[in-house]
Amino acid sequence: MPLITTQNLSKSFLVGDKRPGLKGTLKHFVSRKTRLINAVNNISIEIDQGEMVGFIGPNGAGKTTTLKMLCGLIHPTNGHLNVAGYVPQRRQHDFLKKITLVMGQKQQLIWDLPPLDSLKVNAAVYGLSNEEAQRRIEELSEMLDLGDELTCPVRKLSLGQRMKAELLASLLHRPSILFLDEPTLGLDVNAQVRVREFISNYNNSFGATILLTSHYMGDITSLCKRVILIHDGTLFYDGMLEDLITKLSPCRSVRLELTEPQPVERFLPFGEVVHHQKYLVRLLIPRAKLTSSLATLINSCSVKDLEVSDPPIEKLIGDLFKSGQTPL
Amino acid sequence: MLLNASEMSRLVRTILSFWSTSLATEFEYKLNFLIELISTIGNLIGSIFILSLFYNDGHTLGGWTWSSALVVLGMYTILEGFTTIFLQPNLSRIVRHVQNGTLDFVLLKPVSSQLWLSFRLFSPWGFPSLLCGVCLIIYGSIKNETQFFSSSFLISSLLVFSSLIILYNIWFMLATTSIWFVKVWNVNEVLRSTLVAGRYPISAYPPILRVIFTFVLPIAFLTTIPAQGILGIASIDWIIGALSITLFSLFCSINLWRYALRFYTSASS
Repeated sequence: MPLITTQNLSKSFLVGDKRPGLKGTLKHFVSRKTRLINAVNNISIEIDQGEMVGFIGPNGAGKTTTLKMLCGLIHPTNGHLNVAGYVPQRRQHDFLKKITLVMGQKQQLIWDLPPLDSLKVNAAVYGLSNEEAQRRIEELSEMLDLGDELTCPVRKLSLGQRMKAELLASLLHRPSILFLDEPTLGLDVNAQVRVREFISNYNNSFGATILLTSHYMGDITSLCKRVILIHDGTLFYDGMLEDLITKLSPCRSVRLELTEPQPVERFLPFGEVVHHQKYLVRLLIPRAKLTSSLATLINSCSVKDLEVSDPPIEKLIGDLFKSGQTPL
Repeated sequence: MLLNASEMSRLVRTILSFWSTSLATEFEYKLNFLIELISTIGNLIGSIFILSLFYNDGHTLGGWTWSSALVVLGMYTILEGFTTIFLQPNLSRIVRHVQNGTLDFVLLKPVSSQLWLSFRLFSPWGFPSLLCGVCLIIYGSIKNETQFFSSSFLISSLLVFSSLIILYNIWFMLATTSIWFVKVWNVNEVLRSTLVAGRYPISAYPPILRVIFTFVLPIAFLTTIPAQGILGIASIDWIIGALSITLFSLFCSINLWRYALRFYTSASS
């Protein structure tokens, strides 16, 4: 039975509709105009226990709204939700002890005090004994590579250190369901890699179910086999990342470096020739024919070097959203 | 809802951890400590001086003698202290939580969100007011020859306690409206200014204001009636009235908060 289920989940908001400038401001003050925004439209998904799922889409797609409904922070306008057997918006204490929400752009740590003070508050809130809290802090800080940072005021920490401390604070009660909303936002490449490694380790160690949103495709490709694509509040795709890439890009890019120049006609039977120079050729070969085509090319074209790659996933997904295609 | 022993101990530990981190935050800024202390002492001296002006030529205020009016001022000073310790830091923070979307973190914790938002912060700078309020009440009562530990002690304690609860409920309900209107700082400021009226016995005001301060903004139940209780001159009708308003306002604040959360949309990411 799936751990998380949504059926026809929808959420609409009334937002202010104000024209710019002083005139617009005064008009808006006297008679406030609003319009209805459908942030999430009929989304139905199922997530099993222990799965790590990437939740992707452009800004304003409805990812965070969906996460907040799954946490019980906001009430859906329509549809049904079930997370670990609970109706999230009731926010029962037993449910809240099972979940956590990490938001890359918001923080729960007390700004003027060291993270350890915030951890002490969280330990009390979740009813952890001092010994148990200490044990978990040691365990998680080792996984996160945190040391002296825990006794330094939060305002003095770097963004990366702060994010790691935020993760520690959010996971102290050892939740089994993690909603991670852009946990690597603003971090440098090294810090991103460390946070990813930590998330992966946490998933392996505790069998946690993780729903992750991120605009860094590196987070998604390195952590999630399954992705859910959402655009304008509508579900676009729900399935394996690999299958998505295959669907979006039926060909693979092959770069050949030759020892002897070959005419362009030599390559046409294998696929589309994107680039042809004296010793350098770039081809797009259909995935189904890739192995046989490469074997023939190596045997017949005096190949010095060869490289096979996929187009960048960011580009593929960006093109998909721009094309305004119907859901996959 | 009754809590079992382990839930109760979790709650007590949570509140203690709230207050200890709050204190630690306050002590991070040493200069602020000094400024707050000077401001508290200055306010108190000012209040006693203004009250003394009414009495220095033998007048009484609304039929209240100098010593009994000191009990009203004492009640007001206690409420000021309570406001500084809990209401101002916590309930003003609700507006900021709603504005920044950090209310999310509070709502995701397995404790009552109303309890968290009401007692998360603790400012020690209200203690001098609290202490001075108690001293004024003791001094005024002795001057009035009130029997302190008589049967009315329980009633007067109950009335003091209910005035704290009523004040809290008014603040909390106003802060709750930030879920719909987001910025409600001004309402809190207006409320605090209006409560200044509670420094003096309610009978000192013209009849129309007396009606407003009793039935619209229940200032009479915050200072005058508890003071009457302490002095042993409160009528049973007013005592029942005060307790009923306490329970009614508590019921309203709890249910308004629950209702408001259905409209919480959280700040955008």
